Amino acid sequence: MFKGKAKEALICFSNPRVTLKYPFEPQEPPDGFRGRISVDVEKCIGCGGCANVCPSRLIRFYDDGDVTRMEFILDRCTYCGRCADVCPEDAITMTKEFETATDDLEDLYIIQELYMGTCNRCGRCFETDNWIDKIPTRRNREGRNFVGPAMPHVQPIKEVAK
Amino acid sequence: MFRKLCLKAFPKALWVYHANCGACNGCDIEIINVLTPYYDAERFGIKLVGSPRHADVILVTGGVTRQVAPALRRLYEATPDPKLVMAIGSCACGGDMWFDSYNIWGGADKVVPVDYYVPGCPPRPEAILYAVAVALGMAPKKVGKKVQRDFPEFEEPESKFMKSA
Repeated sequence: MFKGKAKEALICFSNPRVTLKYPFEPQEPPDGFRGRISVDVEKCIGCGGCANVCPSRLIRFYDDGDVTRMEFILDRCTYCGRCADVCPEDAITMTKEFETATDDLEDLYIIQELYMGTCNRCGRCFETDNWIDKIPTRRNREGRNFVGPAMPHVQPIKEVAK
Repeated sequence: MFRKLCLKAFPKALWVYHANCGACNGCDIEIINVLTPYYDAERFGIKLVGSPRHADVILVTGGVTRQVAPALRRLYEATPDPKLVMAIGSCACGGDMWFDSYNIWGGADKVVPVDYYVPGCPPRPEAILYAVAVALGMAPKKVGKKVQRDFPEFEEPESKFMKSA
């Protein structure tokens, strides 16, 4: 019995403190942690893929003349990371920023405005400038994590002929 | 003078009352985690109490359901002044992905005035501790509204909606 007590005392003395010193010292979250999203306005082409897949529907797009206005209202963000997965230009990335406590909900908004061309036929916005600059920086289609072919309902012509 | 004394003594020992208003239990587990010796919120004088009449702070988790909204309202009125309301988790901040459901009010701020928001699904225990530190004035706010453009500032582009209207 005494032996057990001595062992217990040894454990207690070898680990004198377990409490984190967190609010006074910074704490790094583990790898793969999904925190607040960050949007790179230079890479974004305004395709709207993130708004399509967002389960909370917090990403909104407004076409206003030559300017597309995007609103990321992150108060109800689930941090699922689907917008970062689907982004073709890797403009949206998940940061490790978790200290997002605030007393004003507007602190969580990201508002972004893109200058885009206007289509003569349909009148909607599209990205015009820098397309040729962007081609070499794009990754190959094979390297991306596509779930399936882009249009699975369209059969190849040969199979239909058989 | 008594009121000033009360306000000065208020942040010394915050007693919290935890109200689950339709949460999935994720945020509740994180709140209990903050009170354990590892994160140890009790060193700031924070203590969980069983009645809103003893509490200074109400922690609201979950995007307030229609059935629990009157109870939350009554709970807020039962808490003595001065009081703080903290919305823990994305559900309490804005309703998460159920923000437009028929049975969810979509956020604690639709029912009671909220002082601090802690988004996250669920928020890390550190994030809740950080919110406590912000509320006590020990740490500054780190987030801010971001407005970013990929074109230089020039006069407002002409709006097509304004023309037609």
